[in-house]
Amino acid sequence: MALEIVKPGLQATVQDEGRVGLYAHGMPPAGALDKHAYRIGNALVGNPAGAAGIEMTYLGAEVVFSAPVVFAVTGAEMAPKLDDEEIETWRSYRAAAGQRLSFGYLTAGARSYLAVAGGIDIAPYEGSRSTYTLVGRGGFEGRPLAAGDVLPVAGAVDGTPDRRVPEDLRPSYEGDVEARVVTGLASYRLEPESLRALFETSWKVTPNANRVGYRYSGGELRFVEREQPVGAGSDPSNVVDFGYPVGSIQVPGGIEPICLLNDAVTAGGYATVGTVISCDLDRIAQSQIGQATHFVEVGIDEALAARRARRAELESIVETISNGRRSEA
Amino acid sequence: MSGFETRYTHGGDEWVLIELDEAMSLGVNMRAQAISERLLAERVEGVVDVCCANASCLVRIDPDRLDPRDAISLFRELEAEVGDAGDLRMQTRVVEVPMLWEDEWTHEVLMKFRDHHQTPDKTDIEFAAELNGFASTDEFRAALFATPLLGTMTGFAPGATWWYPLTTADKLIEVPKYVRPRTDTPERAFSWGGAFAAIYPARGAGGYQLFGIVAAPQVDPSRRLADFREHDWFFEVGDLAVLRAVERDEYEAIRAEVEAGSFRYRQAPLEFAPAEFLADPAAVQAAIRRAIDGA
Repeated sequence: MALEIVKPGLQATVQDEGRVGLYAHGMPPAGALDKHAYRIGNALVGNPAGAAGIEMTYLGAEVVFSAPVVFAVTGAEMAPKLDDEEIETWRSYRAAAGQRLSFGYLTAGARSYLAVAGGIDIAPYEGSRSTYTLVGRGGFEGRPLAAGDVLPVAGAVDGTPDRRVPEDLRPSYEGDVEARVVTGLASYRLEPESLRALFETSWKVTPNANRVGYRYSGGELRFVEREQPVGAGSDPSNVVDFGYPVGSIQVPGGIEPICLLNDAVTAGGYATVGTVISCDLDRIAQSQIGQATHFVEVGIDEALAARRARRAELESIVETISNGRRSEA
Repeated sequence: MSGFETRYTHGGDEWVLIELDEAMSLGVNMRAQAISERLLAERVEGVVDVCCANASCLVRIDPDRLDPRDAISLFRELEAEVGDAGDLRMQTRVVEVPMLWEDEWTHEVLMKFRDHHQTPDKTDIEFAAELNGFASTDEFRAALFATPLLGTMTGFAPGATWWYPLTTADKLIEVPKYVRPRTDTPERAFSWGGAFAAIYPARGAGGYQLFGIVAAPQVDPSRRLADFREHDWFFEVGDLAVLRAVERDEYEAIRAEVEAGSFRYRQAPLEFAPAEFLADPAAVQAAIRRAIDGA
């Protein structure tokens, strides 16, 4: 069984949970930007957690299945079609050999995930099949997919068609984005009113938004005046170079905050002032250019509670999918 | 130790930053290295990434296995046990880094971005030499090649290393980054920003001052070269680097060895004790040079 890429769309890459352990060496985790949608996709087709799928950004790919296979599309709404028939997102289908999956216009969100029963079966690099395009590592030849690529699919999972995520359990990508942030790292570098402004400003996603990070416009933030310490560099937004968490927000020169995502540069010399909590990175990954984004300050207790809530939500969805009905729990 | 009180902060739910000081020094980096090493050696359940930085450590945690609030208590204990790391003795290696000074490739790029620079009428080398009080660029060049470098941090992208000069505070070369970053830098450009030297592993944007180009790769995703068999990169935190000036002929010869897959870094093992360096910098600088000369 294999998938043939007829058209790659804007950017399609093989992704999974990402790789850990190499961050110190400048190798970010990569992996699906919206983990929630990616994980639900695997659950729909009956895959074990961590199976590799395809992440498609803004414009979907055109794919032909070489043999019968169960698949599902989750995440952004891109009007998927199987041959000439419109199909639903958040639902598993069985494609026959030779059938073609294609997509129309994007109506909500930014990234769609294609899960196939068995998962994309390419050799992992450092424990993961995720693509890190900046250095051409992982995934399919370390690069975004191109027309003519043939991706093998593991035959270990049969999959079940017609599994659905109930409407009320599907994430919504409408409206303003709210991303919860734990203040910290070098937040002491911002003037107190600028730190407040970070949370009070309605930021807009700029066109400079990709897997490395999202850049926002909407205001200017000021750093506390100081004599710069040895090694930091002369700009007040500079600190002695340090590690950047995935999700951390930096404000080079005080303008246009950047929130780093899964293909992050892992370190540098700009003051980071807070970090978007892991489950809200999923929402950022589904935000579009121009979309209004609010950063909401939370403490670590709230961040951990949000993480548990998201985990419980996922478990409930997985249970519902497997039972074919709403869980009462 | 300085009077700075270590800052522990949460980076969202999955990260903890241990900021040991706001300023760079050899002492603070030794503490960062010692804490990172202990964290890796003790294989703490739930710690998934340990990133030693110049004056801090960044740790990634799996909160499902280790509560990040408990992690901070644990790290505080570790920091107290490490103390000033004054007795640290590192079993490390000295590596020779052949460099072509003021080469045509970095020169061409830096001339293209003069409007991004503090002094559009001077080269990066002229600017850095003057700013650091050297009478001529030749004196600047001589001082720079004479100073061994300590790898104090890796990260940014695979193969990138921050190199901190092993010298006395009065001789520390410091330069600002470009006013606006360049959109281009040649692969293997040798550069300086703040108090650090850095080599760009790959072509790309950057804001460090450009002085030359090194002949040997910082990253080899094909892993063809013997020094890159285990990883895409070669240099590690704690490595010592000695710069060696090469002319164009030798630069090309090394490039040919790299292409042929036969290149190996010249290197020698060395025990490096930061306390000994602080007590007698000249003696330790000389010992580092002897080690590589005997390799």
